[in-house]
Amino acid sequence: MAKILDQPRYKCAMTAMQTVQSITRAIPILHSGPGCAQKLNGSVGSSGYFSPHIFPCTNISEKEVVFGGEKRLKETIENSLKVIDADLYVVLTSCTSEIIGDDAFEVVRSFKDADKPVIYASTPGFKGNNYTGHDWVVKAIIDQYLKPSEEKITGLVNIWSGPPMHDPFWLGNLRALEKLVEELGLIPNTIFGQGRGLKNIDKIPKAEFNLLVSPWVGLENVKLLEEKFGTPYLHYPTIPIGAFETSKFLRSVAEFAEIDKGKVQKIIDKHEEEYYYYIERFADVFLETRVMSKRFVVVSDAQYTLAVTNFLVNDLGLFPSKQYITDDTPNEYRDWIRNQFKTLSYDIEAEVEFATDGYLIHEEIKNTDFYGYPLILGSSWEKQVAKETNAHYLTISWPIIERLVINGTYVGYDGGLKLLEDIYSVVLTRFN
Amino acid sequence: MAINIDIPDVGTRESRLGSITGYNGDLHDLVNKSQCGGLKNRDRCFSQSSSCNAGCALGQLSGIRDIAIINHAPSGCSAIAPDVNVANAQLSAKRGVTNSTVFIGTDMNEKDTVFGATKSLRDIVIETYKRYKPKAVFIGTSCVTGIIGEDVDSVVEELKKELPIPIAAVHCEGFRSRIWASGFDECDHAVLSTIVKPAKTKRNVINFKNFFESAREEIIDIFKNFDVEPFFLYQNSTVEELSRLSESLATVCICGTLGTYLGNGLEEKFGVPYVRTINPLGITGFETWLREIGNVINKGTEVEDYIAREREIYIPQIDAIKKELKGLRAVLGMGPGYTFEVSRVLQELGVEVVWAAAWHYDKKYDNGKVPPALDYLLENSPNNFKLSIADQQNFEILNILNKYKPDIYFSRHPGTTVWAIKQGIPALFVADEYMIFGYKGTLSFARTLLDTLKNRSFEKNLAARSKLPYTDWWYKQENGKFLREEHK
Repeated sequence: MAKILDQPRYKCAMTAMQTVQSITRAIPILHSGPGCAQKLNGSVGSSGYFSPHIFPCTNISEKEVVFGGEKRLKETIENSLKVIDADLYVVLTSCTSEIIGDDAFEVVRSFKDADKPVIYASTPGFKGNNYTGHDWVVKAIIDQYLKPSEEKITGLVNIWSGPPMHDPFWLGNLRALEKLVEELGLIPNTIFGQGRGLKNIDKIPKAEFNLLVSPWVGLENVKLLEEKFGTPYLHYPTIPIGAFETSKFLRSVAEFAEIDKGKVQKIIDKHEEEYYYYIERFADVFLETRVMSKRFVVVSDAQYTLAVTNFLVNDLGLFPSKQYITDDTPNEYRDWIRNQFKTLSYDIEAEVEFATDGYLIHEEIKNTDFYGYPLILGSSWEKQVAKETNAHYLTISWPIIERLVINGTYVGYDGGLKLLEDIYSVVLTRFN
Repeated sequence: MAINIDIPDVGTRESRLGSITGYNGDLHDLVNKSQCGGLKNRDRCFSQSSSCNAGCALGQLSGIRDIAIINHAPSGCSAIAPDVNVANAQLSAKRGVTNSTVFIGTDMNEKDTVFGATKSLRDIVIETYKRYKPKAVFIGTSCVTGIIGEDVDSVVEELKKELPIPIAAVHCEGFRSRIWASGFDECDHAVLSTIVKPAKTKRNVINFKNFFESAREEIIDIFKNFDVEPFFLYQNSTVEELSRLSESLATVCICGTLGTYLGNGLEEKFGVPYVRTINPLGITGFETWLREIGNVINKGTEVEDYIAREREIYIPQIDAIKKELKGLRAVLGMGPGYTFEVSRVLQELGVEVVWAAAWHYDKKYDNGKVPPALDYLLENSPNNFKLSIADQQNFEILNILNKYKPDIYFSRHPGTTVWAIKQGIPALFVADEYMIFGYKGTLSFARTLLDTLKNRSFEKNLAARSKLPYTDWWYKQENGKFLREEHK
């Protein structure tokens, strides 16, 4: 049922055009109205080899609404193959094309002998948000493009995380995860961002295992990959930020990959020594503050709310007030995610609420005692409530409008230090 | 066609103004066909993603202070809410005012597409009112509500009885017009029909329709010479101020595409004269516009004095820089409110326009006449330049740039500039609607143009390392290849 979307923190399923765009040389073909891509694009860093201005689109008008748009879709695909220099064409449907009953699947099927692969995903905006839409596009690739492979490459690991581009740190995070996995002597395989693309997609069935670093996005697909190609998967609940979680992450992956414990410990020791060299030098900043209380709140998607809570509690010794998850997490995952907030150090548990109404979240924050200035990590929406509550405030997830993130990341040991830099660069703007 | 503000729905530009999004020819042909009525749209059998009227309609309205926009749509349509919120905060802070406007979605889901969601819509409007006490509520429709036949007008009628504020439906289904500027009219229609009241008195104010009032201080200073004050809309305006649009001496607009419905509507319904000259960009544009304002408000002498004073300061400087610009060749790709105005300014500066692409074209404005910028070019352009109506179709633009290899490309829409750069052509983004305003803006523009041409580092570096998204096959075709024959 329709509900109040006050301060949107997600977009609709067709935002999965960004998932396609993040695969180098893959292009979405939109069977949608003319304005969808422009609205869904809406963030910096969304140009590249392709951009929404290049995405072929049927630009559905009144004529197609009345008479159907299958013919229009067919000619758009035909001409896309001629005009656009891509390796993979992914047709995405929209609210309009689905309600008027166009059979995009049939149209796409007529391109099965085309020179380049043309696949299709049903992504009408009313059916889900951008998190689920992302999964549907990956599923379409698995179902319609991938072929089983006899060959397995020893040590090859497919790494999956949250939806590309919606998360401003998506690519920095993915690269940092690759590096961590690489240090264990494994071969990371990701499909998004520069230098990956179809050649890496082709490798997916050859992997020894899938590594999903995300609370719920992507879970269906690693299960599907297990079913289709017999590839086992490790589900790690969230991105690791800082020493505590990153060491735990390395141990978990190593254990799953049956890597020698001594070898892993050496890698961890080296990193932790370096990490704590910095923490030691800057400990005064964290310990002797007049303006930081011990309490913080994160208003973000499941990925970040969990990751940042883990870091601030287990590394920095802060205390969680009630936390908010705003990605409209499907019901079946909610209990499992809630439990992840109950495994913090010193048996600390964080209360967490799944909420999509920003107004209500802010009302609660205003009525929460943080025993000093609050620390709020969230999106552009939190700027106002931060002002009203005299909070320290840092944007970490969509919408981030007043901050430029190019390849920044909070993943890993360095990622933890980077998050400390960003938080305390805000804290240090205040004396009292 | 007369403007009717008693109906909830304004006609699209296609139906009202005979506007088109597909054409390939030249200046003389376009204007002649516009005048004799023979201009027909040409559809495309291949197109790239464009924009829709909802973005324009709701984007414009959301600049008004302390109101609520309810976008009755799935979550993707309201994805512009954060941008609205941040822009409003930055722009109101610059003015030293506050803006509590909210942009709220109804997050329609699959069930809603089957059973409808007018009940939820009603509840959401009431809840929004309770939360924020907005001074007005505008309910924007969407493709989904249009196709499933949501009766938003009835919801509005009911709510009018319950809430003590103006409420209007804004019919901006994305599929209903190929011309996103129809959204400007839908916005104006909502304001004219629900906010503006008949004048009780007249004030020394000129309504100034623009986007983001960046030249506010400069224009206040200019208008002081004529004893009038500008009132800028919609960004940072209040509902109360808008209700008094009828009390002003005249309406002017920075862009003919943006202003036609409001300007003509205010003139026709409330007797406020609409200044319909070429726009105040460049020297001729600025002077023609000022003189007409002088005529309308009986300040002709003051205007002439002002022009004489300012000319003395700026014209020698502009003349000096013209020598450096002479002979340059340019291609433009902008909305029609800017393409033809900027073409004139470029010609004024000695730059040759080799191809002008406008994203759409209104063959007449709401007064039934061809846009003044086109009339002016027909009479004054030194060449009959090539021209297309290109609906933001990037593949057509890159094809044009590849063939004509101009010295510079001018863009005005986000995300369109980099493509020229990648093809090795310097590009300048005419972002701010006041970038070429008046003598001072014209001078700054000319200087920026030269700076762009004199340091090509960014463009050279990027072009050397990036590959173009189109096939070689496409670059060998005519840019209008995918335009179908004219509809009869």
